[in-house]
Amino acid sequence: MRVALFITCFNDTLFPETGRATVEVLERLGVEVDFPLAQTCCGQMHFNTGYQREAIPLVRRFVEIFDGYEAVVAPSGSCVSMVRELYPMAADFAGDGRLAESVEELSPKVFELSEFLVKRLGVTDVGAYYPHRVTYHPTCHSMRMLRVGDAPLELLGNVRGIDLVELSEAEECCGFGGTFAVKNADTSAAMLSDKIRRVLDTEAEVCTAGDNSCLMHIGGGLGRLRTGVETAHLAQILASEAEEG
Amino acid sequence: MKKSDAFSPGPTPTFEESAKESLSDSQLRRNLGKATQTIRRKRAEAVGEMPDWEGLREAGRALKERVMRHLDEYLLQLEESVTRAGGKVHWARDAEEANRIIAGIVKDHGAEEVVKVKSIATDETKLNEHLEREGIRAFETDLAELIIQLAGETSSHILVPAIHKNRAEIRELFMERLGAQNLSDSPSDLTETARLYLREKFLAARVGISGANFAVAETGTVCVVESEGNGRMCTTLPPVLVTLMGIEKVIPAWRDFEVFMQLLPRSSTAERMNPYTSFWTGVSEGDGPREFHLVLMDNGRTDVLADEIGRQTLNCIRCSACLNVCPVYERTGGHAYNSVYPGPIGAILTPQLVGIGDPGPDSLPYASSLCGACYQVCPVKINIPEVLVHLRGKVTRHKQDRGGPRQKLDPENVAMQTVARVFSDPQLYEKAQRLARVGQWPFARGGSIGRLPGRLAGWTAVRDLKPVPQQSFREWWRQNRGSV
Repeated sequence: MRVALFITCFNDTLFPETGRATVEVLERLGVEVDFPLAQTCCGQMHFNTGYQREAIPLVRRFVEIFDGYEAVVAPSGSCVSMVRELYPMAADFAGDGRLAESVEELSPKVFELSEFLVKRLGVTDVGAYYPHRVTYHPTCHSMRMLRVGDAPLELLGNVRGIDLVELSEAEECCGFGGTFAVKNADTSAAMLSDKIRRVLDTEAEVCTAGDNSCLMHIGGGLGRLRTGVETAHLAQILASEAEEG
Repeated sequence: MKKSDAFSPGPTPTFEESAKESLSDSQLRRNLGKATQTIRRKRAEAVGEMPDWEGLREAGRALKERVMRHLDEYLLQLEESVTRAGGKVHWARDAEEANRIIAGIVKDHGAEEVVKVKSIATDETKLNEHLEREGIRAFETDLAELIIQLAGETSSHILVPAIHKNRAEIRELFMERLGAQNLSDSPSDLTETARLYLREKFLAARVGISGANFAVAETGTVCVVESEGNGRMCTTLPPVLVTLMGIEKVIPAWRDFEVFMQLLPRSSTAERMNPYTSFWTGVSEGDGPREFHLVLMDNGRTDVLADEIGRQTLNCIRCSACLNVCPVYERTGGHAYNSVYPGPIGAILTPQLVGIGDPGPDSLPYASSLCGACYQVCPVKINIPEVLVHLRGKVTRHKQDRGGPRQKLDPENVAMQTVARVFSDPQLYEKAQRLARVGQWPFARGGSIGRLPGRLAGWTAVRDLKPVPQQSFREWWRQNRGSV
């Protein structure tokens, strides 16, 4: 199978290691990965902040660039939910019937990494080894918009050496919310402080999730407080292998 | 506490400004956190035991959607049914007209005091203040409404208006305002004090005023759903009853209660069945009020109806489940919204009712991380995040199109326009990635960024920022996989 990797502008620029890990996991499972270099951003930040006119050209670009692939895979629940759940609204807003048709055709083929592995490929064990105590934060858009369900936990559960601990009130938002974290920085910080307290309660070494945006927020707080707890994208845990293989 | 809100004339503070204040109130944070967490857990249990909850939600949504599609017809049918049953129907274009009608009815009966059932519609019109100016005293009879009326505050929750107060605070208030002696802070003692005070008001009042949860077009029956029994006292004891109702509260037929009476109690109070549900149809000889007036109020609702995405907001049955699950509401409380409709539903309803273009209400659609918890629990499936995003668009376009030359220089607008251009061109985008790497050096220290300037300082106030790494993913890809 040949898939297009939609890396997302955020990962491309700030978390290249997540992209490399995604490629590694997919190739390990025999998936051929393409990376269309014309890709930039799906337009989520603009669209969700209210700059919808500005988002439309980005929606059009995305649809053109990823047209024709059997599947598009991204290591981000949030950006995938933009494409799958909000592109139809964007096409309506643009008042463009042809764009709406292209969106309708493309969007069911766009997958978040864990759902692609579990629901599309039917794989729950990717042969990873990660000897650390880990807790999982199920990011709002993966959970409520994409309904990835237990896919990430199934994958994590099969990682060798992992000590997976449940996060209490896991379903509560970490407070990131894109530009919300800047526009309503105080409320966002109040939400983050509760998330951090719960992460610390697990005594995990690593907090993981399917979205680096949430992890940058949680990790930014954990780092500032010098808690020593790290964050790592799910893809990076799934890509880890024992040195001798 | 807060006198001005989105429904008062004059500017209101933005959510960000007000939230800052409430976030630092530790008593409020504790009271709210405890209350919302308890009710959240109970709601989940009450909903979890229903085998057909998703079916019910869908039925509720479909019914409300039908009402909105044929609102004009159902309202005329309701007027006819109420009139046939001996009631009188009044139409009010806005809050002012509604208040004028109600004050007129009270004065016609020479009454100087009225008793009130808890009603958000009358909060929206500021009816109590209007009556006071007309020399009429309005007594709130719902326990929580009484508490905030005595405290001179405004409601902070749709269903539990005094959720921001705890028992100790209420005890002090009752001792001070009702002259209660030797009062403990046990719920039964506090309730008994309120009961003794209110009983006299119920018996003396000649006019009762209520809102409405539902009104049936087919039969003309009005319904109030409450938990304390005070509502029933107001709707049955005084000889005159006036109901103020937003036009969106009409439902087609009596049998539709099958759906709403299952959805509402479980969503709002986590009860299987509501304790006091009152229904009345016009007037009945020898039973209840001898005169019944129904005031049907628009006050911005037809504007909401005209918006294809926004109109689902009118489906709301005021259960408040969205407030209780909202991580923003849980921390800021209701007063930060500066509206009688707080929380996620308030964030979409208020700016639509009052119109875009006022900084206070315009800030409400941004009072959300778009986590979607509200949509998940809404019993009539209002896609609140969708409406929030839609309204953010309207707010932004309003600023861009009417903000004049200053708006063009607004830092956020400039940044968004620039970034949009960069994202439209891969070469420009790669150049920007390289620039960011160079541009960050004044801020990066020991593997993290601890302080950013300007608007971005909000982020680094409590969070480190990861610096831009030396190699982007696409650079790695080119090096290791070649270009495609």
